[in-house]
Amino acid sequence: MIVIVIFMVIMAALAGWWLSGQGLATKPWLVVGVIGDSGSARSSPRRIAKVGLGAFLVVAGSLFSLLVSAYAMRMGMPDWGSLPMPTVLWFSTGLLLLSSIVLHTTVIAARRDELDAVRSGLLATVATSLAFLACQVLAWRELAASGYFSAANPASAFFYLVTALHGLHMLGGLVVLNRTAVTAFALAGTSPPQALARLRLSVELCTSYWHFLLLVWLVLFSLLMRWTDDLIEICRGLLS
Amino acid sequence: MADVTHGTLEPLSAGGIDDVELYHPKSWITKYVFSQDAKVIAIQYSMVALAIGLVALVLSWLMRMQLAFPGLLSFIDADHYYQLITMHGMIMVIYLLTALFLGGFGNYLIPLMLGARDMVFPYVNMLSFWIYFLAVLVLVGGFFVPGGPTGAGWTLYPPQAILANTPGQQWGIIVLLVSLMLFIIGFTMGGLNYVVTVLQGRCRGMTLMRMPLTIWGIFTATIMALLAFPALFVGAVMMLLDRLIGTSFFMPAIAAMGEQLPYKGGSPILFQHLFWFFGHPEVYIVALPAFGIVSDLISTHARKNIFGYRMMVWALVAIGALSFVVWAHHMYVSGMHPSFGFFFATTTLIIAIPTAIKVYNWVLTLWRGDIHFTPPMLFALGFIVTFVNGGLTGLFLGNVVVDVPLSDTMFVVAHFHMVMGVAPILVVFGAIYHWYPKVTGRMLDDALAKLHFSVTFLGAYLIFFPMHYIGLMGVPRRYHEMGEMAFVPPSTATLNAFITIVALIVGAAQLVFLFNLVWSVRHGRPAGGNPWRATTLEWQTPQTPPAHGNWGQTLPVVYRWAYDYSVPGAAQDFLPQNQPPDPRTA
Repeated sequence: MIVIVIFMVIMAALAGWWLSGQGLATKPWLVVGVIGDSGSARSSPRRIAKVGLGAFLVVAGSLFSLLVSAYAMRMGMPDWGSLPMPTVLWFSTGLLLLSSIVLHTTVIAARRDELDAVRSGLLATVATSLAFLACQVLAWRELAASGYFSAANPASAFFYLVTALHGLHMLGGLVVLNRTAVTAFALAGTSPPQALARLRLSVELCTSYWHFLLLVWLVLFSLLMRWTDDLIEICRGLLS
Repeated sequence: MADVTHGTLEPLSAGGIDDVELYHPKSWITKYVFSQDAKVIAIQYSMVALAIGLVALVLSWLMRMQLAFPGLLSFIDADHYYQLITMHGMIMVIYLLTALFLGGFGNYLIPLMLGARDMVFPYVNMLSFWIYFLAVLVLVGGFFVPGGPTGAGWTLYPPQAILANTPGQQWGIIVLLVSLMLFIIGFTMGGLNYVVTVLQGRCRGMTLMRMPLTIWGIFTATIMALLAFPALFVGAVMMLLDRLIGTSFFMPAIAAMGEQLPYKGGSPILFQHLFWFFGHPEVYIVALPAFGIVSDLISTHARKNIFGYRMMVWALVAIGALSFVVWAHHMYVSGMHPSFGFFFATTTLIIAIPTAIKVYNWVLTLWRGDIHFTPPMLFALGFIVTFVNGGLTGLFLGNVVVDVPLSDTMFVVAHFHMVMGVAPILVVFGAIYHWYPKVTGRMLDDALAKLHFSVTFLGAYLIFFPMHYIGLMGVPRRYHEMGEMAFVPPSTATLNAFITIVALIVGAAQLVFLFNLVWSVRHGRPAGGNPWRATTLEWQTPQTPPAHGNWGQTLPVVYRWAYDYSVPGAAQDFLPQNQPPDPRTA
């Protein structure tokens, strides 16, 4: 459970840092009148959407931290047998990295209102993401073919669970990404500025989401490849 | 008033945002059924939660009948008893209390108290309710599947939860796990709304430190729930896989009925960790909104500002943070390392500090206040004593050496019913009596309310006080029949019969409450906009009940904190949050 505790400590630190700027030490009973520009009625839909996505990613982060926690705890038990990791996972990692980078350049293009670049960027992201999912399926099949698709082996059960949940998370993102791409193709340079601004916002949100997907995958990948064994061992040492 | 400082006082424009983003219902269906208005969603959430809570109340009656008069209701065998226990606990904790505090009160109060027109993502908010409703339907479906609902206990501990011979092993456990997953998905949708609305939807002038404590409580509890429910989700997914495709996440190598099962190598303790990583914050997910609401009830009905507002906020946040590092105090008897036990006992006892601060502050708010014994106030007072009682036995159980012998006895049952059963439900009642006039425009009947309070409050004590003693005698929980036990004196049977009779009466008293709720919609005394003369924004709406969009043409502007009661020199004994400062004193 050390992983989730660390995650919670980071969240608490962020929350504390944010709260420290909110005047928690002020004496509200002494101040009458409108304080500066306080409150958030001026909050734009753009900001609301970003905060909303951020909150959702924190929830997803908590979910994956718990999975990793459970994985690390199960690994510590004597009967754990590790899996031979399919090489194709390296390709999927590369593809996800690529899609994240492409989306990042797309968001830069979106800020400059270069509609063509946005369209091709979104298409490339959809393509690389689908390729990533295909690679994951290949990895599943490879493991199954070598006889590791066995419910009784905890390592493979965890492997399938972790990759499946990450894949589902990506599929959810792909739905939104596709809608964004459809919007991008429906718009023209002469479209009203609000529509373009909405597109820009969608691309920005998708980009944050994809960076998060990449981050989670890198953590999961290093865990599956057993690079983090020593780290987990140290954490376990802290606790006992 | 000399040391009061004033912020900017320039005349303000119509405080706010345009109406363009607000959703407008076009038909009866979109207005009352698939509504995106937080107020309608709140009422939907509350009604479903209360309805399923009534089911759980009946289940507890059946359990009590079995404990007091074993064999009298012949259809309750051991299997059914376990199913009653499981469903009672699950429904009360998750489907009633969590849904009612956050989905019900959260949806109604957050936009109104913060001066917003609605939640920030109304469509997602609507989905949240319907997924919750689906979760409840699936849960109820568990009663009708072959084998009935699961009898694994509300903690669903593996391996027994999915072993043959546990009631509901065939379908019940699957149905319950699916229902929980749906609940979590639905809750997450609502929860994101509550958090983002508090962060981004406040009206002009409403700083965080001007928010009523109700909102602070709901806000903190929602953040906790968003972080903690994934643990239950992960646990549910893994257990579902164990049950359905035979993985061994939680199932160790085990023999059942003389046969070796295919499972091997799973860890039941892993489930306990995941479950209680959710389960302990869950206690505070229910308690923190109750803390917040009770602060507002006490302040309003004692006509006095809340004592130590800042301290109350800090304590809420501290309790929220601490509650994530105490989960293993539910696992003292799981064979954990003694130094773990020491760590978790320490953190558990540390939580008592911010909690005690809150209790002192409530009491100091009452001190020399102008206490009105209105129904909300009665329930708030009932809450304080009940919570202190439950909290004190919590100090016993938080210590490893005391917990080990008391673990799995009726003492634990009495403890948690006091602290997270009776105490929060008293707040639920108080809050309903307090806000019903805003929701319907009519007052609930006062005499019926006082009857309801007296029977419920006194009855709850008559039920749960003796239960502590039964536990101290060593009577274990989860036993459907005690039979002849040398260490249990026959007097416990008499006490059990007494408890059951009181439980039946207290349960019946809730019918008075339900009657009052229904009758007063049409026949209650008209309430007017602000019957309690309260300061917070929800009482300052142009219409009662608040119309769609809450605030008419212009959003309110907040000039002061939420607790300006009995301000010296003021014309009235309360100053609404949106009342501009008097230019003469400015």
